Amino acid sequence: MNPAEIKTKLESEFPGIPIQIVGEGLLLGPEDLVRVARFLKESGEFKMNYLSSITAVDYLEHLESVYHLYSVDQRTGPVVLRVRVPRDNPRIPSLVHLFRSAEFQEREAYDMMGIRYEGHPDLRRIFMWEGFEGYPLRKDYLPENEDVLEWDDVEWLERHGVTVPAEYKQYAQDLKAAGKEARAERPKPGAEAV
Amino acid sequence: MTLNQNLSTVESGLKSELRKKGIVIATLEDFYNWGRRSSIWPLQFGLACCAIEMIATACARYDLARFGAELFRASPRQADLMIISGTVTKKMAPQVVRLYNQMPEPKYVITMGACSIAGGPFIDGTNVLKGIDRYIPVDVHLPGCPPRPEALLWGITELQRKIDGQEIEKNEWYQRGLKREFPIPEFGPKGLIPKFNPDVWRPETASRRRERYGDPILLGKKTAAPKFETFGDPNVKVGTV
Repeated sequence: MNPAEIKTKLESEFPGIPIQIVGEGLLLGPEDLVRVARFLKESGEFKMNYLSSITAVDYLEHLESVYHLYSVDQRTGPVVLRVRVPRDNPRIPSLVHLFRSAEFQEREAYDMMGIRYEGHPDLRRIFMWEGFEGYPLRKDYLPENEDVLEWDDVEWLERHGVTVPAEYKQYAQDLKAAGKEARAERPKPGAEAV
Repeated sequence: MTLNQNLSTVESGLKSELRKKGIVIATLEDFYNWGRRSSIWPLQFGLACCAIEMIATACARYDLARFGAELFRASPRQADLMIISGTVTKKMAPQVVRLYNQMPEPKYVITMGACSIAGGPFIDGTNVLKGIDRYIPVDVHLPGCPPRPEALLWGITELQRKIDGQEIEKNEWYQRGLKREFPIPEFGPKGLIPKFNPDVWRPETASRRRERYGDPILLGKKTAAPKFETFGDPNVKVGTV
């Protein structure tokens, strides 16, 4: 079943629903996601009873959450649903109460991309530890420069009885005084991939 | 007058000359080191795919038992070799250092594979430690991705050569006040704290990798994804964006 047919079926089921075909997927608003997913799962025609994957994508202007639904009974699929949310306030309703397989995948998307799935029973970080700041798979995330000791490291090392060489200490102090963090450098505009 | 001459200082040239005539001279030290190197007990733990090669090395085809290192111990308190076989993620690094601290002296470390040496193919990842030698001292670096079982056998014989060369009187674990325990890193807001232990490891002043290859994070072209919206109907407004 191609996306255009699914779109017409969904539009006849939910009159006035805004749906757009983007590539192979159906672009939905976050407010329509749950009812569309429930319809796809429970209607006798689709029986999409298996949520295979939830992926988050960073498109720089916005974030997207992509859902792949399959029907194990009818051996059809995937039906691709895409939900687009703004970068500064990414909120999407959770699908855990429909598909239990969504639980860890939503936690992963939250951990790596920072999309908040509202209604998730246990939305914690899954790969990174609690207390980690930032979302590592977003394109504007800069990893730390691991060859430079910062003032936190110097204090920690001295607290644990390690003597820090003077030049590292001085550098860390300078960084702290300048209010800088030791991060990897931001990519230069127009830098071509090699 | 030199009584009680130390036989361990018999020069190797004389030894080999006597050996040709059928005379074998061995010192107490030779026996001591022979005993130690022939019963290395590795710590039984694996971190990634290198562990599969380590298991293969211990199995019948490659038979690590020929070199006396087949007794994998499940407890760090009974082991004296740590084979760090695989990727050390930042979440795992504190546990690896803690296991090292719990091992009794004398203790040795083999880093197996590119990941545990320097991060390997994941060197640009935010989640992978760029080499376990940032926190604990390493005796043998064993390159490969993953190293074949023969390579691990080479690494262990290399370690045995190192043990053979150690002198009883100068062994560091008999020295007074030796404390080979290293502070266990903690999770911080950006990564591990500290980033490395300057007692053990220091970054090179000029990074050869950066000189040679540049910084791959910088080189990746980060632009917006292609505009798929042109396939759809531009008049239909979807969502809040």
